[in-house]
Amino acid sequence: FADFTPQATFDIKKCDLHRLEAGPPVRAELTREQGLQFYRTMQTVRRMELKADQLYKQKIIRGFCHLYDGQEACAAGIEAAITPSDHLITAYRAHGYTYTRGVSVKQILAELTGRKGGVAKGKGGSMHMYAPHFYGGNGIVGAQGQIFETFNMAALWKLPCIFICENNQYGMGTSVERAAASTDYYKRGDFIPGLRVDGMDVLCVREAAKFAADHCRAGKGPIVMELQTYRYHGHSMSDPGVSYRTREEIQEVRSKNDPISMLKERMLSSKMASAEEFKEIDTEIRKEVDDAAQFSTSDPEPPLEDLCNHVFCSDPPLDVRGVHPWSRLKSVS
Amino acid sequence: MATSLRCFLRSGKKAVLVAGRRGFQRSAPAGVQVTVRDALNQAMDEELERDERVFLMGEEVAQYDGAYKVSRGLWKKYGDKRVIDTPISEMGFAGIAVGSAMAGLRPICEFMTFNFSMQAIDQVINSAAKTYYMSAGLQAVPIVFRGPNGASAGVAAQHSQCFAAWYAHCPGLKVVSPWNSEDAKGLLKSAIRDDNPVVFLENELMYGVPFEMTEESQSKDFTVPIGKAKIERPGNHITLVSHSRFVGHCLDAAAVLAKEGIECEVINLRTIRPMDVESIEASVMKTNHLVTVEGGWPQFGVGAEICARIMEGPAFNYLDSPVTRVTGVDIPMPYAKTLEENSLPQVKDIIFSVKKTLNV
Repeated sequence: FADFTPQATFDIKKCDLHRLEAGPPVRAELTREQGLQFYRTMQTVRRMELKADQLYKQKIIRGFCHLYDGQEACAAGIEAAITPSDHLITAYRAHGYTYTRGVSVKQILAELTGRKGGVAKGKGGSMHMYAPHFYGGNGIVGAQGQIFETFNMAALWKLPCIFICENNQYGMGTSVERAAASTDYYKRGDFIPGLRVDGMDVLCVREAAKFAADHCRAGKGPIVMELQTYRYHGHSMSDPGVSYRTREEIQEVRSKNDPISMLKERMLSSKMASAEEFKEIDTEIRKEVDDAAQFSTSDPEPPLEDLCNHVFCSDPPLDVRGVHPWSRLKSVS
Repeated sequence: MATSLRCFLRSGKKAVLVAGRRGFQRSAPAGVQVTVRDALNQAMDEELERDERVFLMGEEVAQYDGAYKVSRGLWKKYGDKRVIDTPISEMGFAGIAVGSAMAGLRPICEFMTFNFSMQAIDQVINSAAKTYYMSAGLQAVPIVFRGPNGASAGVAAQHSQCFAAWYAHCPGLKVVSPWNSEDAKGLLKSAIRDDNPVVFLENELMYGVPFEMTEESQSKDFTVPIGKAKIERPGNHITLVSHSRFVGHCLDAAAVLAKEGIECEVINLRTIRPMDVESIEASVMKTNHLVTVEGGWPQFGVGAEICARIMEGPAFNYLDSPVTRVTGVDIPMPYAKTLEENSLPQVKDIIFSVKKTLNV
C-alpha cells in the first residue's frame, strides 16, 4: 500500500450562506486514513440499517423503526467535525447517530430486538437510544413553534449551538413544498446565520460542520445548518415510501448521489485505495453486522425483575403497583 | 401499520363480497361485518356530507389517506377545503382548529396519536375546554379532537400513553372512548354533532377488528348518545367496568369465568366524561362486587375515579368487598416484548382479580 496516494484535495459544493460573509472552504482535504474511516463508518450504518429492515420484515423488530440509509454522510461528517465531549441530540431517525456517538452495532440491533444486551437494556427501543453526550433518540418532535423559541433564546444568550436540519425532502408522507411556506430552512433562523450544505457529500458535511463548530467555539452564538439529504426507505417501516414519491426518484438518487459510492469513487480515482481494500472492508462489516444480528436474535429479553427499575434516579427502592392490587413490584434506581 | 393495512384489505374484500351476494336487495344487509376503521370512516363521511361546516384536519389525513387509513377516500371525495393536510405542528394546527370552531365551523382535529396532543394540550384545555365557561355562554367551541390513544404494539414509552384520565380531569371537555364498531360510528357522529369540545379516544389495535353492525346502525342518522354506558354482557355475581380495548378482554375473561359458574356483568363505559355512574351503581347494587379494568396508569385514573364515585353514592352499602382496580403497571411503557405484555392487563389478570374480589 505504499503506492497509494496518502492525501488528496477535492472540490466540494459551495454552501449557500445566510447572514455570513464567508462560508466553509470549497476544497476539502482527505487523508487515506480518514477516507477509509469514513467509508467504514458509512458502510457500517448502511449495512446495519438494511439488517434492521430485514429483521423488521421477519417481525423480530416491532413497533416503530425509522431507517437512516441514504443519510449516512450527515452523521459521519458531523462526527468528524466535533469531539466526543460535544453534546448531540436528535429525533427518531436515530440509529446513525447512535452509532457515530459510540454505541456498537451489536448494542443497537439488540435494542431494536428488545433484548437485555441492547443499549437501553431493551426498554427503550428504536427511538430511545442514548450514550454519553448523546441525548437520544426522541419520539415526539415539535417541528415549528418550539424551534423558534429555541432560536430566540440561543441567539439572545449566544449559546454555542448548531441547529441541524436534515432536509430529506419529506415530512413523513408530505413533501416539503406542501408543508413549508419557505423551504429555505437554512434561512429560517432569521437573525441566526445559516448554511445550506450538500448532505450527500461527507466532505462537504465535514467542512460545513467544522465551520459551524468554529463559529460557535469563537463565541459568535448559534448557527443553522441545513443538510440536503435523502432517505431511501419510507418514513418508517410502516410506510412503503412510494405513495408520495416515485421509484424513479429514489433510483436516481441511489445511482447519482449515493454518499458511499461518491466517496469510494473519489478515493479510487485518486488512487487513495484499491477496490480490493474496499471489498475487504465490506466483508469485515458484513461479518460485524451478521454477528450483531445473531446476538440480537439470541440474546434473551430483559427479565421480568427489570420491569419496574429506573423509574427514579438516586432514590431508595420503590414499591410499584402492578396490574392489580395484589401485584406488588419493586423498582430500583 | 402494515398489519392494519392487511386488516383493511381483508375487511374491504369481505364488505365487497357481502354487497355482491346481496346485490339484488335494495336495503343495506343486516348484520354486516365492519371494522372499527371503516365505522369511523363512515361516521366522518356521513357527517361531512350532512353539514358543510364539518371538516377534517391533521397530519397525513388527506393525500396519504390517513396515517392509519381512517380517513381513506375522504380527500378524494370532499377535496382540499374539507380534508386538510397540516404540517407537523400540533400546537399550531390545534390552535387553528379551535379558532375555526369559535368562528362557526365544526372541525375534526386529528392527532396522529394522543401522545402528540401533549404538544397542543394548552389549546385543548385552555382554548377549547374552558371557553364556554369563561365567556358565560357567549362562545361555544364545537370541536372534536380524535386519534389513537393508549398502547399499541412495541411503540415504546413516548407513544403508548393513555390520556383518558388526563383529559377527563378537566371540566368543559367531553371524553369519549369507544370499543367496537357500533360505538365508534355512533359516538363519533354524536361527537361531531355536539356543540362542545369532545376528546375522542380511539385505539390503534382495534382499527382492524371487525364487528357485526346492526341494520339500524347502518342508517345515516344512527348515533350513540354520549354519557351513557352499555351493558355488553349481563351477569349476577360481579360487575366489570371498562373502556376501549379492555372491554374485549373483560368479555373474554367473563367467558372463561362462566365455565366455572361465575357470571360477570360487563359494562362498556363508552364515555369517560361525563361518566354514567348510575349504570355502574345499578349494577353494583345487583352484584355487590366491582372490578374496574383500564390500560392507563393506576394513580388518579379512571378506576380511581369510579372507586371514589361508588363510595360517595348509594352503591357503597351494597359492596361485599372493596373495589378492585385492574390497570397498567405504574411505569413508562417498556419496549421489549415480554416486558410490554406484562405492563398491561391481560385476560388472566382480570380472571385472577375477579376471583380475589369474590374471595373464591
